[in-house]
Amino acid sequence: MTTLTPVRSRTGDERLAVTHPVKRLLRRPEMGAFIAALVIFGYFSVSTAAFLTPAGAATWLYSASLFGIMAVAVAMLMIGGEFDLSAGAMTGTTGLLVGAFTTQWGMNLWLAMLLALLIALAVGAVNGLLVVKTGIPSFIVTLATFFILQGVNLAGTKLLTGQVAIQGMTLVPGFEAGKVIFGGVIPVFGLDLKVSVFWWIGLTAVTSWVLLRTRYGNWIFAIGGQLQSAMQTGIPVRRTRIGLFLGTAAAGWLVGMLSLFDVATVQATTGIGQEFIYIICAVVGGCLLTGGYGSAIGAALGALIYGMILQGIVFAQWDNNWLKAFLGGMLLLAVLVNLSVRRQAGVRA
Amino acid sequence: MTGAAPILEVRGIGKVYGSVIALSDISISVGAGEVVCVLGDNGAGKSTLLKVLAGVHPHTSGEVLLDGRAIRFAGPRNALDAGIATVYQDLAIVPLMPVWRNFFLGAELSSGVGPFSRLRVAEMRAITLAQLGRMGIDLRDVNQPIGTLSGGERQSVAIARAIHFGARVVILDEPTSALGVKQAGVVLRYVAQARDRGLGVVFVTHNPHHAYPVGDRFLVLNRGASLGEFDKAGIGIEELTRLMAGGAELETLAREIERG
Repeated sequence: MTTLTPVRSRTGDERLAVTHPVKRLLRRPEMGAFIAALVIFGYFSVSTAAFLTPAGAATWLYSASLFGIMAVAVAMLMIGGEFDLSAGAMTGTTGLLVGAFTTQWGMNLWLAMLLALLIALAVGAVNGLLVVKTGIPSFIVTLATFFILQGVNLAGTKLLTGQVAIQGMTLVPGFEAGKVIFGGVIPVFGLDLKVSVFWWIGLTAVTSWVLLRTRYGNWIFAIGGQLQSAMQTGIPVRRTRIGLFLGTAAAGWLVGMLSLFDVATVQATTGIGQEFIYIICAVVGGCLLTGGYGSAIGAALGALIYGMILQGIVFAQWDNNWLKAFLGGMLLLAVLVNLSVRRQAGVRA
Repeated sequence: MTGAAPILEVRGIGKVYGSVIALSDISISVGAGEVVCVLGDNGAGKSTLLKVLAGVHPHTSGEVLLDGRAIRFAGPRNALDAGIATVYQDLAIVPLMPVWRNFFLGAELSSGVGPFSRLRVAEMRAITLAQLGRMGIDLRDVNQPIGTLSGGERQSVAIARAIHFGARVVILDEPTSALGVKQAGVVLRYVAQARDRGLGVVFVTHNPHHAYPVGDRFLVLNRGASLGEFDKAGIGIEELTRLMAGGAELETLAREIERG
């Protein structure tokens, strides 16, 4: 009774096939997006003249960066098992707030930016608290916040300026200094890259680190993967979930600032309709819609794909309505790939 | 009774939910290196007893003794700190996460301060592999999602986790009920392994065929009361099964069915 043979020996388990290293690499959540990005890059590089030029590359990288920052934050939230539909409108709200504070009421630019960040975080906290306290799905809670922000953005802007945009940011003291941080251009290898590209890369790296190498990241995967188990093991579930909503709100503020300093004008409709694009980028990058699986790098690659297609279609002089159809196709394909990931992991239900 | 001094003991314990007497006058003890089985049909009071032992619900009469001293657990965390770990049926695992991340879930090892703290990944992988090895679970890869393991292996990882985090007594809630014959055998093997490592095991089950091979003593519950506590030497498996199933009732049923 005291001598027990191991149930499995190291070499001889007939149920386990030896996994080829390449196959193992292919199982990583971001691999599908990586391959798709390569294919799309190759296609537009060959078929259009402008795509590979320094100016062309800087354009699609800039385009990808704004979506990428949001997609990475949204991916982290989705891994935690939640959605944030207010993320798109938030990029408009924060820009409009800074515009209104400075051009209409003459507030100090930096103070206005800080205040806009605090307001964004407050909206994120309300989203998070409502989800955690009431158990209402975040899809519904943030859908409501989305419509509220959309209404406030449009009505508020009209009320203040009589127009549907806030202009004249260039005349605000400190705008040039702000532009260095949020709207500047940094030349790299002959590419005049907008500073947002570096924000995007930096944020992806930090988020990846948090997800894979910190306790907080472990908790996010656990909460999204099996909430009940996360609670049973003593993880601070509420705090972590609310923190994720603060994350998307803060990312919304960052993108709001990046677009504000880029063009010095904010349209009242900024960001509306983009919330689903962030989700699509995250899903194309390997995030499961049901939570508990995904990667920040994948979401960043999803955004890169989106940016390349968005500009590639322009360079190829196609009707840009094809973009939407293409996006839908990508999403469907990604969801099917992700489904097989779940099946492989033996997750039922 | 065996010679081992009991780690956890309950004497004449009772539990009343409002006007429902869920448990009355139950006594049981578990010492190091002992497997005590709590047997009973559905509704016999197994879960209630388990919850009292695990510190989930306070008892309403009798006393709980830890190392011979009377104690009242304030909650599951309290019981856990005292070395009483409970492995529930759903195991508190996250199927999509790697085995090693599950092993350390909620108790991750990290170094560094504040935002710069980072997980000690290599160390956690090594500990997981070593701890599972000590239980006789030989995994090829602790990076595989725990959902890819068989039901018995998952149960065993949960037991190994409880042991690693300082349990002296492990309470297992129906660890074999959802498993096939072979997988149940795997789990029983690990229960024996835990016993041999000097842990006290409380094995709650409704299956006498799983309890009998591994148990040292058996407490049979029926309708919230004890039908007796038996040493392995004092009872055979047929008698145990008969007792559990309500004895005479089952014989009557068998006769009725035969006639039909």
